[in-house]
Amino acid sequence: MAGEKKGLQLLDFWVSPFGQRCRIALSEKGLPYEYLEQDLGNKSELLLRSNPVHKKIPVLLHDGRPVCESLIIVQYIDEAFPGKDGKPALLPADPYARAQARFWADYVDKKLYDCGTRLWKLKGEAQQQARKEMLEILRTLDGALGDGKFFGGEAFGFADVAIAPFTAWFLTYERHGEFSVEEECPRLVAWAKRCGERESVAKNLTPPEKVYEFICGMKKRFGIE
Amino acid sequence: MSPPVKVIGALGSTFSHRVEAALCLKGVPYELIQEDLNNKSELLLTHNPVKKKVPVLLHGDQAICESLVIIEYVDEAFEGPPLLPIDPYDRAVARFWADFMDNKLLKPFWLAHWTEGEVQKGFAKEAMENLALLEVQLRGKRFFGGDTVGYIDIVFCCLAPWLSVIEEVTGMTVVDESEYPALRQWEKEYNSYEALKPCLPGRDQLVAYFTENKEKYKMYANAWAQQ
Repeated sequence: MAGEKKGLQLLDFWVSPFGQRCRIALSEKGLPYEYLEQDLGNKSELLLRSNPVHKKIPVLLHDGRPVCESLIIVQYIDEAFPGKDGKPALLPADPYARAQARFWADYVDKKLYDCGTRLWKLKGEAQQQARKEMLEILRTLDGALGDGKFFGGEAFGFADVAIAPFTAWFLTYERHGEFSVEEECPRLVAWAKRCGERESVAKNLTPPEKVYEFICGMKKRFGIE
Repeated sequence: MSPPVKVIGALGSTFSHRVEAALCLKGVPYELIQEDLNNKSELLLTHNPVKKKVPVLLHGDQAICESLVIIEYVDEAFEGPPLLPIDPYDRAVARFWADFMDNKLLKPFWLAHWTEGEVQKGFAKEAMENLALLEVQLRGKRFFGGDTVGYIDIVFCCLAPWLSVIEEVTGMTVVDESEYPALRQWEKEYNSYEALKPCLPGRDQLVAYFTENKEKYKMYANAWAQQ
């Protein structure tokens, strides 16, 4: 057993969009939990014991048992706490709709964060390539959303939870890529605003300017101008 | 009557096999459409416009992409023995190992066989460290899930029918029997599992395929190693 405490604990890092997925899910379900900020430069015994394979946040501890990987944590939260106090499920009931939600969450996982990192870290040709890819990713998401209110349709759900934290990174991507997400992907921006109106998202996302400040700080540390 | 089920797959693709294995274990009849990956069909490109890859499951007129997403769809959309565990925590653990396979083990495992020199040594070291974790998981068990093949086993299928084939074609051995006895025993069990017989790729067929495409796979491996 990784920890001893009863209840829910989240090992996390303040600006992590992966951690924020879990915070949003917990909030949507109305689940109380203890938030434990981690020092990623000096990883705690608890983190290393809870996630010995990857040594990464987020980690959810439920009565001391660890669950790792943000999308796995979100699904666990949905399955372990079904319909609590009338709170709706994050994944829809229909298997095909569930598959679509999982597909888009996986798409963002594989594509968005890494591309974004290359966009702010790299220069010249490599940065231009990252810019091109980022626009393609955002346009694909815009297309997938279509005229829907949320990725799942009428109801806020799993895919929205998976993607919403990255909306706080749009400003950072825009400034490094010199483009406007609103101009390129108006539907995505409208969706981001709708998500931001939900308490679970509003209280758990880092303000975009703070994300930008964080990345500028990271760049200084890496010696990138 | 349930709409027809088709799989757009490719010989040689472990991801494609995962889907066939899931359908097989669930008892769902399906039609296999073999894709020529050098000349992708309209059918594939229409049904997987985002990734343009196999496998794709067609259930009536609905298309589902990404092998892990497809396996969970098969588990949920059809009656039959469950592929994933029932308990939420056990499901989280199963999904963790699937993620481990695709995001931590697959690249070094594959490239340790297909690259050469110092590059190969680096990937072999990484692969072996990750394989050691699996060896521990398997100890005392016939399959990852227990007595029967389940979700984790089919996710790890590249360590079963494919392993001895790529060892033969590349001449490289990374999963040494003396160091990974449980894994090599699991490989034998998987390859002889009765319920999977209808969908297990023929060994000779796989050897012929990888031999014919050896230079191409080496080229892909070297490109992947650069990323």
